[in-house]
Amino acid sequence: MSQNYYQKEIETMSTEEMKKLQSEKLVKQVKHVYENVPYYRNLMDEKGVTPEDIKDIDDLHKLPFLTKADLRDAYPYGLLAKPLDECVRIQSTSGTTGRRVVAFYTQHDVDLWEDCCARAITAAGGTKKDVCQVAYGYGLFTGGAGLHGGSHKVGSLTLPMSSGNTERQIQFMTDLGATILCCTPSYAAYIGESLKEQGYKPEDIPLKAGIFGAEPWTEEMRKGIEKALGIKAYDIYGLTETSGPGVAFECSEQSGMHVNEDHFYAEIIDPETGEVLPEGSKGELVFTSLDKEAFPLLRYRTRDICVLSRKKCSCGRTLIKMAKPMGRTDDMLIIRGVNVFPSQIETVLLNEGYEPNYQIIVDRVNNNDTFEVNVEMTPEKFTDKVSEILSMEKSLAGAMKIMLGINPSVHLVAPKSITRSEGKAVRVIDKRKLI
Amino acid sequence: MAIKQLTVFVQNRKGTVVSLTDILAKNNINIRALSIAETEEFGILRLIVDNEDTAKEILKENGYLIKTIDVVGVKLRDNPGALTAALGVLDKADINVEYLYAFMARTEKHAYVVLRVEDNDAAETALENAGLHLITNADICKL
Repeated sequence: MSQNYYQKEIETMSTEEMKKLQSEKLVKQVKHVYENVPYYRNLMDEKGVTPEDIKDIDDLHKLPFLTKADLRDAYPYGLLAKPLDECVRIQSTSGTTGRRVVAFYTQHDVDLWEDCCARAITAAGGTKKDVCQVAYGYGLFTGGAGLHGGSHKVGSLTLPMSSGNTERQIQFMTDLGATILCCTPSYAAYIGESLKEQGYKPEDIPLKAGIFGAEPWTEEMRKGIEKALGIKAYDIYGLTETSGPGVAFECSEQSGMHVNEDHFYAEIIDPETGEVLPEGSKGELVFTSLDKEAFPLLRYRTRDICVLSRKKCSCGRTLIKMAKPMGRTDDMLIIRGVNVFPSQIETVLLNEGYEPNYQIIVDRVNNNDTFEVNVEMTPEKFTDKVSEILSMEKSLAGAMKIMLGINPSVHLVAPKSITRSEGKAVRVIDKRKLI
Repeated sequence: MAIKQLTVFVQNRKGTVVSLTDILAKNNINIRALSIAETEEFGILRLIVDNEDTAKEILKENGYLIKTIDVVGVKLRDNPGALTAALGVLDKADINVEYLYAFMARTEKHAYVVLRVEDNDAAETALENAGLHLITNADICKL
C-alpha cells in the first residue's frame, strides 16, 4: 500500500532531527510557561528548577509533574498562558473523572491540533477525494471539533453529523457515499448493527476506513467493527488536556499509535516513584506540550498505563509509537470484556444529578459477569412513588449503558448504606474468583 | 386541608421497619396510619403520626431519608360501596390515584382513606362537592 503523509517531513524525520526540534521547542515552551503561568512557576520554584536548567529534551525529567488535581485546583484560568483576548476557543472534557477540564486554544493551537487530526486521517488513507463523516459529538467535546478540523485540512468533504440520530447517519452515509467514519468505537459498532438491521451488507456502503477513539476498545471490537462495516478501523488517542484527539494515531500497520511528538512529547514513568522508565517499559504515560500557546501542559500525567516503542514502522513514519493504553493507574475493572472505570460511573451520577455515592458489585454466575451498581438515593430525587424510583433506576442504568457499553443493574439504596471502611466508601466489590 | 404524610426510604432488609418504629416509640411518637410499598430491594414507608415535625427531625438525625408529602384524607361511611363511590368521584374528575391506604377507627362507624394524587386541591374539591368529609392530621390524631 502506498503511503500518504500529511506532513511528510515531520512524520518521517530522523530521530536525531526530531530530538533537535523537540529540544528547541521545549526550551521555548518552558520559558513561556514559567513567565505566564504562576501556578506552574510556583511548582518549578518549589522544585528549584528554572527555565535555564532546561537546555534540551533530556532535561525534561527535571520539571515537576502536573496532575488532574492541579487542573482542578487551577480551574478555570490558573493554567492559562495567554490573555483571553488571544484565545479563540475552549473545549471541555466529558468529565470522565467527575470534574470538567476546560482547555483554551489560540488560533495557532487550533491549527496544530487540526494538523494532528489531519495526519491521522491521512494515515487512515484519507485524501481530498474522501467523504468524511464525523459522528463524534460536536460541542465542548473535542472529538467532533478535532476530526472536523482535520478533515477540512485534508480537504475531504466533511459531513458534520455529530453523534446520535443513527437513522440520519445511515441515510447520509449511504446517500452521500461517506468513505471515512469518525466516531467512538462503540458508536461504530452500533451503526454496524443498525446497518445490518436495515438490510445493508458491508459491501453495499462505500466506507473504507474508520477513525475511532475517545474510549477504550479491544482488538475483538476492532475485528467486529471491521467486519460489520467492511472497513479498516484505526485507533486515535488524545485527551482534552493536551488538545483533543490526534495526540497519537494509528497507521496502516494497525499496531500501536504514532505520537505526534513534534507537538506532544511522551514519557513513560513509574507511577509510584515518578522515575522515567526506558523505552519498552510499561508505566504511566506523561505528555508535555512542546509548542502550545494558550494551554501548555508540562509533564501532564495521563494515568494511562502504556508502553512506548521506537521500532521501525512499515508505514515509514518515524514518530514514536504508543501501545493502546493497557490500563489505568486508577482502579479500572474489566466486566464482560469491557473496561469500566469507577470514575465513569461517577460521571454518569453527577450528570444525572446524583451524589457520587455508589458501589459497584461484580460477580460471576454461570460463567457470566454480573454487574450491579448501588447508588445512594438523594433527598432531591426521593419520591414516595415506587414507580418513579424504579424508572429512575432504569434511566440511570440506561445512562451507564451509554457511557460504558454494558448494562448494569442499578439499585437505589438508602443514604449512608454503602459500606464505608475507615470513613472511605468501598467503591468496588469484585467477588469473581477468576484464578 | 391536606394531610402531612411522612415518607421514608428504606432498604428491604430484615429489621429495617422495627428499628424505625423503635426510634419513634422511644420518642413517644404515635403512629396513626402506616403503609409500606416494597420492591425486592427497597421499601417506602408512608406514615401518619401524631407529631410529624418531631418525627421527621428525629428520623433525619438517625440518618433516614425522609420527605413530607401532602396527601388527601377522606372520611367514609363504613359500608360496602363507600370507597367505590369516593373513587368514582375522583375518576369522574379525571384525577389519578397514585396509591391509597385505608384504616378503621376504633369507636366510630367510619373508615378513613388516605389518597396520593397529583393535584390535591382538585381532589379535595371533587370529594367535597360530592358531599364527602375531608380529614386532617388533627382529625386522625383524635381517632
